Amino acid sequence: MRIRAEHLNYTYNPGTEFAVQALKDVSLTIEEGEFFGVVGHTGSGKSTFIQHLNGLILQPSAQKKYKPKKPKKGAPVPPPSLLHVGDFDLLDKKTDFRALRAKVGMVFQYPEHQLFAETVFDDVAFGLKNFAKEPLKGETVERAVKDALETVGLDYAAIKDRSPFDLSGGQKRRVAIAGVIVTRPEVLVLDEPAAGLDPLGKRELMSLLHRLHADWCKTVVFVSHDMDEVAQNCSRVAVFADGGVKYTLTPRELFSRFGDLEELGLELPAAAKVARLLHEKGIDIESDCTPDGFADAAAAYLSSLRKETPAQPRDGEGGQA
Amino acid sequence: MKDVTFGQYYPVDSFVHKCDPRMKILFLIGYLVAVFLSADFYGLAACAAVLVLCVAFSRVPVKSVLRSVKGVLFLIVFTAILNLLFYRGETTVVIADVPLRWWIFNITVEGIRFMIFVMCRIFMLVMISAVLTLTTTPVSLTDGLESLLTPLKWIRVPVHALALIMSIALRMIPTLMDEIERIMNAQRARGADFSHGGPVKRVKAIIPVLVPLLLSALRRAEELGDAMEARCYTGSRTRTRYKKLTFTWRDLLLALLLAALIAGVVLMNVYLPPIL
Ligand SMILES: Nc1ncnc2c1ncn2[C@@H]1O[C@H](COP(=O)(O)OP(=O)(O)O)[C@@H](O)[C@H]1O
Ligand SMILES: [Mg+2]
Repeated sequence: MRIRAEHLNYTYNPGTEFAVQALKDVSLTIEEGEFFGVVGHTGSGKSTFIQHLNGLILQPSAQKKYKPKKPKKGAPVPPPSLLHVGDFDLLDKKTDFRALRAKVGMVFQYPEHQLFAETVFDDVAFGLKNFAKEPLKGETVERAVKDALETVGLDYAAIKDRSPFDLSGGQKRRVAIAGVIVTRPEVLVLDEPAAGLDPLGKRELMSLLHRLHADWCKTVVFVSHDMDEVAQNCSRVAVFADGGVKYTLTPRELFSRFGDLEELGLELPAAAKVARLLHEKGIDIESDCTPDGFADAAAAYLSSLRKETPAQPRDGEGGQA
Repeated sequence: MKDVTFGQYYPVDSFVHKCDPRMKILFLIGYLVAVFLSADFYGLAACAAVLVLCVAFSRVPVKSVLRSVKGVLFLIVFTAILNLLFYRGETTVVIADVPLRWWIFNITVEGIRFMIFVMCRIFMLVMISAVLTLTTTPVSLTDGLESLLTPLKWIRVPVHALALIMSIALRMIPTLMDEIERIMNAQRARGADFSHGGPVKRVKAIIPVLVPLLLSALRRAEELGDAMEARCYTGSRTRTRYKKLTFTWRDLLLALLLAALIAGVVLMNVYLPPIL
């Protein structure tokens, strides 16, 4: 399902002392099949935006009690907003948002805090039973739960009857993710899924996301703080700042836009950081943002140097970049 | 943090906001006394005038103050109807030669008068309490209460601990509200439905919210306890305060206003002829 947003605004607590405009004129298109990253500093509106994608945050026009207001005369008419996810029009109050939620899975930040059932099995089956139009057969549920748990890398037989609260932190998070993907959503949205994990846990999580993207959910959208994570994994990245989308970039573009990114207070990917330091010393190396890609580009650069200046006499230390 | 006006601080800078919380609490009590001392409409009018002053000088929009009355509207109407129907008055109201008396009901002139009184009293009490909570942060409110209850410490009531419990509870309300919203959203994303179905279904739907909420409240409590201990909190008597409460000219003005109100009400009760 293609996700398309145009001129989207959102204000929390509108018309009160506590009003906060969290989204300002957001326009963004995410194609079907993308592995899409969302970055930005804290409070830039990332979570607000992605909660729109399955109707957890509703635009005023999508709320039940909404009545269209007459535009004031003379006031500037804002450009019309638009928010489509596949065929769902999310600005229309007649949209079936539960049907949408079955198609768009949402993994919240610290999803392990949403576990509640007595056994892992019951917790994972929760969403499945909720979205089912008629009561499901026991074996159908069992097969779906087994698939989901095994996909997130857990041993079904060993874990299904345990209490989710007795598991380790990493296991809990996997169970929580299994509870979302069990309905086989077409789009999977994750809000900082790697937050609070150690480096190994992070790596495992990213490879889980790749596995899910390959054969479970067509489109994956994930929010991250970690530029390296995004740069190394995503097909495209949206950079949020102050409630708006500042840039939509490919990882390669991300690599060369270090000036812009630092201005927004974002950490550069490690490879880009090294490249920038070299740039300051007068050496320009073009690569993508992965350590491998950078090493290749640097090696090519060094060997081209060696060809240009063959067999120099060695006087003193040989400099190493 | 959505529709809970009652007890929600309204952050603006005003005369009433700057008053000492102790004075404001005392003022509230004194105001209640004045409202109940008022034997006639003169007194009520004086109380109403003071209420208008308080609202005006708090710079809180009247709409926000009135919103807190909405919560007790049912109570006001209910007591009003009870009083109207059952007040034991003497002169039954007669409309078109038909006395309004039927079975155990008896609508009297005194009943109507009393009903208006009761409505005005409840209304003013709620309004003045709302002004207090809208202009005073929960923390300074408990600070004020603790300070006012100091005499109880002499008879070994753990005032400080009670005040601490209260301020932590108040402090946690918005946090828990946010938490509830987050958990509800997470379960809604998994297809939970909180707004449809019969009562049994709805109660059942709450369980997936309640369990994570309790767990997180316990986790927070533990963390808070650890954090306080790590900073050597023991609740000892020699503890000093970061924010000291001080009386200023504003509080003097408030005290004078209160004294004038109570004196005025008493004098009006004695010297002015009764209406009705
Ligand atoms: N439930 C809420 N009520 C009021 N304001 C909120 C709420 N959630 C987020 N905000 C505000 O909206 C802005 C964007 O927040 P958010 O989308 O959570 O940013 P991010 O996920 O990028 O850190 C912030 O200024 C935040 O304070
Ligand atoms: Mg966020």
